[in-house]
Amino acid sequence: MKILVAVKRVIDYNVQVRVKEDGTGVVTDNVKMSTNPPDDNAIEEAVKIKEAGKAKEIVAVTVGEEKAQETVRKALAVGADRGIHVKVDGIVEPLAVSKILQKIVDKEKPDLIFMGKQAIDDDCNQTGQMLAALLNWPQATFASKIEVKDKSLEVTREVDEGLETIEVNIPAIVTCDLRLNEPRYASLPNIMKAKKKPIEQINSSDLGIDTKPRIEQIKVEEPPKRKAGIKVANVAELVEKLKNEAKVI
Amino acid sequence: MSALLIAEHNNKEVKPFTLNAITAASQIDEDLHVLVIGNKSEEVAKSMSQVPNVKKVIHIDNEIYENFLAENFTSVIVKQAENYSHVVCSANTFGKNLMPRVAALLDTSQVSDIIKVISADTFLRPIYAGNAFATVKSSDSKKCITIRPTSFDPAATSGGSAEIVKADVGEASTLIKFIKREEIKSDRPELGTARVVISGGRGMGSGENFKLITEIADKLNAAIGASRAAVDAGYITNDHQVGQTGKVVVPDLYIAVGISGAIQHLAGMKESKVIVAINKDGEAPIFSVADYGLEADLFEALPQFLEELSKLNTIQK
Repeated sequence: MKILVAVKRVIDYNVQVRVKEDGTGVVTDNVKMSTNPPDDNAIEEAVKIKEAGKAKEIVAVTVGEEKAQETVRKALAVGADRGIHVKVDGIVEPLAVSKILQKIVDKEKPDLIFMGKQAIDDDCNQTGQMLAALLNWPQATFASKIEVKDKSLEVTREVDEGLETIEVNIPAIVTCDLRLNEPRYASLPNIMKAKKKPIEQINSSDLGIDTKPRIEQIKVEEPPKRKAGIKVANVAELVEKLKNEAKVI
Repeated sequence: MSALLIAEHNNKEVKPFTLNAITAASQIDEDLHVLVIGNKSEEVAKSMSQVPNVKKVIHIDNEIYENFLAENFTSVIVKQAENYSHVVCSANTFGKNLMPRVAALLDTSQVSDIIKVISADTFLRPIYAGNAFATVKSSDSKKCITIRPTSFDPAATSGGSAEIVKADVGEASTLIKFIKREEIKSDRPELGTARVVISGGRGMGSGENFKLITEIADKLNAAIGASRAAVDAGYITNDHQVGQTGKVVVPDLYIAVGISGAIQHLAGMKESKVIVAINKDGEAPIFSVADYGLEADLFEALPQFLEELSKLNTIQK
């Protein structure tokens, strides 16, 4: 079995994001970038399945600017066998990403595709489901448990009401929740080894996909600030304020 | 053209967030139609027809729709979408799972999780877990929009009398099988819709200590929340998690106990009307969003809080 894992380079989740003064976006210069956190879970799960002898090859793919390769390199360091970097500059919307990934799927013919449930930059939560639609594959979104069966996966999904369990036929797409597993760190020897693993570079224009955004970002601004609160001296004052000032209890 | 809203329900009654999404959808287009897809879901269709904002209900009913699988819903939604300029759904796990599958087949770049309707093609949405707000304009002729339910008031549920029209059933997917849903039952208000939420963080120290929170929640008829750190530490189950990767809550009163206030957590609660923070670290980031901060040891403060609440003659429910 072959698993394709899609990863995205985003601003590190520990960075306090700042809006640019001209309202065109957020500050990305000299900001720490990392792999989108649930994409790490996607890689980890693929590696675990391979370690269990149920997959032969893991291919990590990313779509983005030159430096997006770093996320593929990191995936190679934790266990992916080879990488693909589809190079494209500027904003690429999930619809365009899923069309690009569809082309990669046509070529690579994976049995499973894993990716994070949502990217923490644009918070769209679309790519996996869109790719599933384009391929007419079943989708198991927000997965917190995956059991590989003979020709299917049994997947537990995190839904608002609790947990849902579904069975999807292979080939299938799974989008991963942070609770799926605990991503490992790459060891130094593995980081060194990853440098020798191949990453194929493809220009998005060679795939014939129009990546021009359909959504115009008119303005990016700071969210309204909460007005400064007060510190209360003790519990009695807190309850008094909640009762008589805020009138919420 | 009109807007089409996909209702979320359990075949008996509509889920509350659908009503919030109706409010948003009717701001996009007053000629709002609701699509109810389910199994033996006549009551849902009927209740939707009584919502004054709804002008027409389209009802597709068959046993293949019992479990709300996106694979089965998509084809009939895409077919219905022919007649509409907008397809709208709430941005909870139901809509998040379903809408992109629809959008891809309509070749539309979806606008996710909007918090404000500026015009029929322009919307406000949070990005970077709410650390920035983006005003976006869609150029697609057919638009797929998901709504952050807590940013809109629920629509009124009575007084309307829209016609209910039956529509054709689609085919069932053979690629997917529903196995089970384990719903977490609780006597408390649901976290996503509770008027008061009290949450504990890593500072609680153990699952056992959450009983201090439970006692206060009982008193205030509050839902119980938790930070990701508390969930990861195993103090409480993950359905209680508030934050970017958990639930986004907007209660009238949010009480954060022993929560430092990681960006992750703030994203899930900072729109709450009144925020209280109880933390012994006066420098904790949670205080920057709190209306009322109490710098104190929670193990002393919570019993006192319970005692003070007991002294009150009345407590709002």
